[in-house]
Amino acid sequence: MLYAKPTTAAEAARLLYAETGITRVLAGGTDVMVQLKAGMIEPALIVDIKAIPGIRSVTAEAGGFRIGAAVSGAELGEHAALCAAWPGVTEGAQLIGSKQVQGRCSMVGNLCNGSPAADAVPCLIAADATVRIEGPNGTRDMPVAAIPTGPGRTALTKGDIITSVHLPARPAHSGDAYLRFIPRTEMDIAVASAAVSLTLNASGTVTAARVALGAVAPTVVLVEACAQAIIGTKLDAAALSALETAASAACKPINDKRGTIEFRTKVAGVLARRAAVIAYTRAGGLL
Amino acid sequence: MKTIQVATTVNGDAVEFVCAPDESLLDVLRNRMGLTGAKEGCGTGDCGACTVTLDGRMVCSCLVLGAEVEGAAITTIEGMSTGDTLHPLQQSFIDHAALQCGICTPGILVAAKALLDRNPDPSDNELRYWLAGNLCRCTGYDKIIAAVQDAALKMRTA
Repeated sequence: MLYAKPTTAAEAARLLYAETGITRVLAGGTDVMVQLKAGMIEPALIVDIKAIPGIRSVTAEAGGFRIGAAVSGAELGEHAALCAAWPGVTEGAQLIGSKQVQGRCSMVGNLCNGSPAADAVPCLIAADATVRIEGPNGTRDMPVAAIPTGPGRTALTKGDIITSVHLPARPAHSGDAYLRFIPRTEMDIAVASAAVSLTLNASGTVTAARVALGAVAPTVVLVEACAQAIIGTKLDAAALSALETAASAACKPINDKRGTIEFRTKVAGVLARRAAVIAYTRAGGLL
Repeated sequence: MKTIQVATTVNGDAVEFVCAPDESLLDVLRNRMGLTGAKEGCGTGDCGACTVTLDGRMVCSCLVLGAEVEGAAITTIEGMSTGDTLHPLQQSFIDHAALQCGICTPGILVAAKALLDRNPDPSDNELRYWLAGNLCRCTGYDKIIAAVQDAALKMRTA
């Protein structure tokens, strides 16, 4: 195995593209190192991206935030402006692993790992975040929602590296929230999860919403019917009930040791409703 | 497999080592530097027995490559005492019998110190969440919480 630590994204992409064997991108390493240890992979090349300029910084851009691919959960949690603008995004990212894992794990790593239960991903999709990709043919942007294609699989192709994620400018009266169900209080993988991002007008009516569900389908899913259930409402009981029904209807989960199809389907609806209430309150709405 | 030469700082001392590209920081510390305080419990970042700090951040050293720490500053349990004088947390763990087999203890001490460095007066709840990534199969945790809180009190009033 070779270890490389290039100092530009273009060089990193070139190295990954040129290697014919198995490759891995190393940011926080909290998934890659586990795969190595378990013998799941024997990469020919590991490319450590942490020497690429900007990869570990959060910067203001276009009224929003550009977050480098190797910014850790702990660093996100200490960024006051980011936490104020996107509390759901930052809280979701901070649910990954332990405090030790938080010292290293990144949202982009969580996204590229491709788990349908990834805690950082639903809020990024609800936020309509985009990622910047450095590839063999240059730089391009893609919506976060387009990256996961199945469990452990992404739309990235050979030589592609996500270098950052961008959270858009936030209109006034906006809020987001993320909730997950786990049978413990900490250090666990979501059995079902829900993220809601919404914007209100001055009278408290929802004018825009995006709802994403985790761990109830092969990928994190954006559920348009959930958004339609609450847009134009003040999140009254009927709207919340319609949201819950739409969320459960969108679930295509599996049975496994962590939860049954019936449980995940029910809980995803409940979490969507509760997350919507939190997001609405954060946006300044009164219930 | 080509070895890599790395220059880093461990507990304030400049050190150099060579390692394999796929060698973990934990293996470097234990096998190449003789710093056997950090333990391998799970090797997958779940148990926290290998906890060290890397540039001021608490990490599982089993989830870090040795090659990654070029130019970094690492602290381990071996850097906690001042000569023969134990850190208040270490003394408190003895006073409160907060360890039995001791495998988890170095990681818990490093983690507890990282918390107290940030927050000298944590609630029990904050402390338990902070230490959620440090598994102990002997004590039932209550003595650990008592030991950390007693040390925190002594450190605040020292």
